Amino acid sequence: MKAIVCVKQVPDTSGKVAVKADGTLDRASMATITNPDDLAALEAALKLKDATGCEVVVVTMGPPPAEGMLRECIARGADRAVLISGREFGGSDTFATSQIIAAGINKIGVAEDDVIFCGRQAIDGDTAQVGPQIAEKLHLPQVSYAADIQKDGNTLLIKRMLEDGYMMVKVQTPCLVTCIKELNEPRYMSVGGIFECYDNEKHPMDVYDYNALKDDPLIEVDTIGLKGSPTNVFKSFTPPQKGAGMMLTGDAPAADLAGILAKKHII
Amino acid sequence: MAYDFRDIAAFKGVWVFCEQRQGVQQNTNFELISEGRKLADEIGCELAGVLLGSDIADEMAKEVGGYGADKVIVADSPLLKDYTTDAYTKVLCDLVQEYKPEVVLIGASNIGRDLAPRMAARLHTGLTADATHLDIDTTKYVEFLKESSSLDLSKQKFDYEDRNLKMTRPAFGGHLMATIICPRFRPQMSTVRPGVMKKAEFNAEKAAACVVERPAFELTAADIKTEVLEVKKAAEQLVDLIGADVIVALGRGASKDMDTAMKLAQDLADALGGGVVGASRALTDAGLISADRQVGQTGKTVHPKVYVALGISGAIQHTAGMQDSETIIAVNKNETAPIFGIADYGIVGDLFKVVPQLIAEINAAKAAK
Repeated sequence: MKAIVCVKQVPDTSGKVAVKADGTLDRASMATITNPDDLAALEAALKLKDATGCEVVVVTMGPPPAEGMLRECIARGADRAVLISGREFGGSDTFATSQIIAAGINKIGVAEDDVIFCGRQAIDGDTAQVGPQIAEKLHLPQVSYAADIQKDGNTLLIKRMLEDGYMMVKVQTPCLVTCIKELNEPRYMSVGGIFECYDNEKHPMDVYDYNALKDDPLIEVDTIGLKGSPTNVFKSFTPPQKGAGMMLTGDAPAADLAGILAKKHII
Repeated sequence: MAYDFRDIAAFKGVWVFCEQRQGVQQNTNFELISEGRKLADEIGCELAGVLLGSDIADEMAKEVGGYGADKVIVADSPLLKDYTTDAYTKVLCDLVQEYKPEVVLIGASNIGRDLAPRMAARLHTGLTADATHLDIDTTKYVEFLKESSSLDLSKQKFDYEDRNLKMTRPAFGGHLMATIICPRFRPQMSTVRPGVMKKAEFNAEKAAACVVERPAFELTAADIKTEVLEVKKAAEQLVDLIGADVIVALGRGASKDMDTAMKLAQDLADALGGGVVGASRALTDAGLISADRQVGQTGKTVHPKVYVALGISGAIQHTAGMQDSETIIAVNKNETAPIFGIADYGIVGDLFKVVPQLIAEINAAKAAK
């Protein structure tokens, strides 16, 4: 049995976000972090490892520097990592990305008692699409928005959040679960883990490039990358600066505002 | 004829997936139907709602006609009572392959965001997430850009014959907007953010005239790999931010005394004609206020008549969810807070001092009328 965890390195959009003059993101000037929901997915897998001793494999698709994030996942407790990286994969939309990652997972191999964990969504795109699309490509059942996971043998009982409540869902392995932050509190990297995370014998880091995956039946090579993706960015732009409104700076600003609101029939 | 996702000319009509929970149509359905009507008119085609569930009465299905749908396609089975990814994906994909709609819109609820990507992957087409604006007609799209972008349009060339669906959505926490197209495959699919599209006036005559179709479909228990054991509604009554006319939202500035701030905010909302208390992510992340009150890119998008931001700095994450409010009032201690850049009226000061005065002055002004 093993747990496969999909993670993504993302620009930290909670801080200052730099936008270039052409309306695209200035990624070079921004810090990168492991996507927060993905840390919840990793923690769910590590909890499974604590309970069952299963292997935890982390997978990402990204440029070569994403290796650093995978090493951090190992330092938190993952056993090994797979970096899916290739120029041909760049610019992929969610449909294309999910094909590539599904092919990568197919290469790792999914056994009858395996579970795939993803974060619900990444903070750069906020789409929440890649997890379900990987599940579809792999013909696996999915449960998204997991806020609690109980495992009994090959049966998972998952609390799946809705806006106005939740569902209790039962599913058999192999399956894919997308995790929300509320699921758990991600553990820190351990000192031993940091010490060991670059030890390739203990913790192998496989790199799958285009040639490693192109013959996988789950990939259609003409629908990956920027050119092959079904969706394209037609325009990107920043919202206009709204003209500043009226600052009430008199001695009695509350009274002035109430007067304006009355005059405008807002009250 | 075989189904070919590349045969663009074979696809006709606009579809809206209509989500029901416990047999009740979700409000977002009507927002999407209203928006779908606009798109169907731009294309010159039919608009259909698609409703899956168990024991669906014609009368409930026809409700979407009141907001502009020409017809409603119903798939009724005990296996469709509660949402499951497998059952809903199978039935909807089979129906898409049969009817070949060119546009499929799905509300970006926790269910819609589970269903839509699975469908798009199976149908071999693209999917845009969380659209906040949709256009077919390029002239209308350019009008939209004039109002809503900082682009210099004099330097841009447009193909005014282009009939692709232009799906605009926020990215990077609302710092950027991107318009997405799906030019080579059909249907063109998008999830649409709840609360953004304006709901049309309900028209009872049109609802009565709405055609109900109940096509045959195949679904067996063996198709469904997950089992829903129970569906629980949250015990607490959730706050209806999206439907509120007045929202008074609290930010980090309220955190030193939440109880007082909550009372002041509710009193101010009442003085302004009745409304609800919202919050910025700073407070919901800190667990000081429940998540259903969160306004912003990761919370709810709102456009009330009056939005009051108390002690909210105005990070783009927040303003992306409220900047289209009709009147925005901001109170903040820091005169350089970005919220003042989008507010119609601003007062620099401590909310705990300003708000009681404001409530008193508003009540006095109302009494004087």
